[in-house]
Amino acid sequence: MAGSSKNVAEMHPGEVGIVSGFTDDHLSVKLMEMGCLPGAAVRFNFTAPFGDPVCISVSGYELSLRLEEAATISILD
Amino acid sequence: MTSSRKPKIALVGNPNSGKSSLFNHLTGLNQKIGNFPGVTVEKRTGHSQLPDGTTADIIDLPGIYSIYPRSLDEQIVAEVLLDHHSPSTPDKIVVIVDGTNLKRGFLLLTQIIDMGLPTILALNMMDLAAKAGISYDFNALSKKIGVPVVAINARKGVGLDELKKLMEKPLSPPEKPVFSIWPEVESAVKELRATLNVDNDYEAYQFLEQPKSLKFLGAADQTKVTNIRNKYSFFPGKFQGAETIQRYSFIQDLLNTVTLKASDHSWKKNSSRLDQIVTHKVWGYLIFFALLFLIFQSIFAWAQVPMDLIDTGFAKLSAFLGSVLPEGPLSSLVAEGLIPGIGGIMIFIPQIAILFAFISVLEESGYMARVVFLMDKVMRKFGLNGKSVVPLMSGVACAIPAIMATRTIENWKERTITIFVTPLMSCSARLPVFTILVALIVPDEKAWGFFNLQGLALMGLYLLGFVAALVSAYVMKLLIRVKERSYLIMELPTYRIPKWSNVGYTILEKTKAFVFEAGKVIMAISIILWVLASYGPGDALSKARENVLEESKNLRLTEQGLNDRVAAYKLEHSYAGVIGKGIEPIIRPLGYDWKIGIALITSFAAREVFVGTMATIYSIGSVSDDDAATIKDRMKEEVNPETGGPRFTPATGFSLLVFYTFAMQCMSTIAVVYRETKGWKWPLIQLAYMTTLAYVSAFAVFHLLS
Repeated sequence: MAGSSKNVAEMHPGEVGIVSGFTDDHLSVKLMEMGCLPGAAVRFNFTAPFGDPVCISVSGYELSLRLEEAATISILD
Repeated sequence: MTSSRKPKIALVGNPNSGKSSLFNHLTGLNQKIGNFPGVTVEKRTGHSQLPDGTTADIIDLPGIYSIYPRSLDEQIVAEVLLDHHSPSTPDKIVVIVDGTNLKRGFLLLTQIIDMGLPTILALNMMDLAAKAGISYDFNALSKKIGVPVVAINARKGVGLDELKKLMEKPLSPPEKPVFSIWPEVESAVKELRATLNVDNDYEAYQFLEQPKSLKFLGAADQTKVTNIRNKYSFFPGKFQGAETIQRYSFIQDLLNTVTLKASDHSWKKNSSRLDQIVTHKVWGYLIFFALLFLIFQSIFAWAQVPMDLIDTGFAKLSAFLGSVLPEGPLSSLVAEGLIPGIGGIMIFIPQIAILFAFISVLEESGYMARVVFLMDKVMRKFGLNGKSVVPLMSGVACAIPAIMATRTIENWKERTITIFVTPLMSCSARLPVFTILVALIVPDEKAWGFFNLQGLALMGLYLLGFVAALVSAYVMKLLIRVKERSYLIMELPTYRIPKWSNVGYTILEKTKAFVFEAGKVIMAISIILWVLASYGPGDALSKARENVLEESKNLRLTEQGLNDRVAAYKLEHSYAGVIGKGIEPIIRPLGYDWKIGIALITSFAAREVFVGTMATIYSIGSVSDDDAATIKDRMKEEVNPETGGPRFTPATGFSLLVFYTFAMQCMSTIAVVYRETKGWKWPLIQLAYMTTLAYVSAFAVFHLLS
């Protein structure tokens, strides 16, 4: 599969990827403020029970976000 | 005198950057909590002694990630930093950045620098950074960004002397902005700066970007800004993403130059391992519910002794004042209105203090963010947010601090729903009412050998309130239609041992907020109620004694018995009694008579007044160590004249219990909701909804059981 079409919501625990872009303008502003920048490495850590929200590592700290928000972050892996 | 010359220093930083610890260290007990004008966001201020002997005013601003606000708390920071020409404009800004995560903290730092107020950078947690093998060249850093840099350890109070020295030194605003405004907006910014007195380009640019943060400007100036915005067809948020990217690229360059040694492992490991358990689908919930159980157990077990002390203390004080003050309306107001009113506020302090001790420990340790993480999915089904858990939990002690805790919820709809349903959680004021009614109608027996029936009934009432809150939230979710997106983008902070002094300050702060916020309303209402209960139409009250004597000629009452009867007679013929009788037709379908009606009215201000009113109506001496037992016995004997049976049948009792579970019956909550939602719409809808719910449910319960 083409790596560019993948997003953070599709990652598995322990997987690492590079942020390549965003599919939602409004959310991207907030995500970038939180250090989720194009080119930054993200690691998918774990999910809450029921699979949502999820916890990722980015810019040296841990960030939690909902699955639908994670799905707006495209990654290269 | 010299207060106008006192330097004003504002603390700004990310959440979890150690800002509160620094504030507590700088100010100690010299802090007070107020409100920012016109809004309900808490303003923590205090003063600090500087090395040269002067005192500085320290303002602790809410934790933010960026100057672009997302919630009400965050908007305040933008407003304070944008308003450069008011008496409350800070003279210096101290930006606190977590030394283990400079990157994200520096986004905020560079924004603050560009706002053009004199800025100091305090690098916190450098000890942890050192442990992780990170070090920076502070001199190079300071030169690059043009602001003084100081390393501190806010938890231990290390480095504060250097910070204070920087605070007292004259400091000019940073010279060069990090970010230059876009060429597209230059003409708009130029015109804005010429029209209004704006210090620099970035500040003017923020005027265009943040129409909601300009309340300090006044209507005329705001219109000018709007006109310029329209003229250049600028819409807020247009360039925000690009700005963030530009800042981060500056920060990356900066970090590349000033980092002497970077951390060798990029992912934190310790927190993750603990999180495997804490957010586990079985263990996670087990731990959370075990903690909840522990908290409630402690609230009820530990608070009992101090509450009893406060209760008897105020009863004695009231009786003492009643006996020593000269007779007259004024001493009656003091002894029967004011003192019990203050007592009614004080009695909740132990429970509130204990609850907030726990909540603050959970927040300080980083666990609360995990609770939000665990509960978000479930709460969302009910139109709430993971962050609604804290207000709902606090609601078990008192709805007032709970409703104030909803400010962190960014989404308007989720916040409004949380505010709306929080008063349905059974607060500590309902407990005395529950206790006495449950003791009256539920037998003190054990079911299946070990479950105490009364305990089960009490637990059932708490559950009932919780279920009602969830169901109401769900209904509101369907009713309110807004196109505002709900999101949860939240840092999971590293676990830490709580700093106990911070816990202490939180307890103090929350208790104070309750005493003063709720206290004012409870006081005012207790005075009104005192008037209603002490005065009545005609001369019935002044002739109370004669009339009672006349009625009970053949009873050979003791002096105490007579006095109690006079008190009951007075209450019956007071305005409160008249209203109680007036509403009897309305409450009769619920199984209540006018006596209960009086109690409903007097307890409208605060639920726990029910018990005291019952004591007066059934003419039990007001001072007795064994009040509850006496009231209970007397209520048991009360006869319903229509049936000849007891007045408090299980049907009436359960009907009352359900009524008190659902009814608003709390003036202070209404007042707080009014302030938090900035209008009468929500408190009135809430009052109508809860009263209707209480009435209909009580009606149903009464008719099902009788």
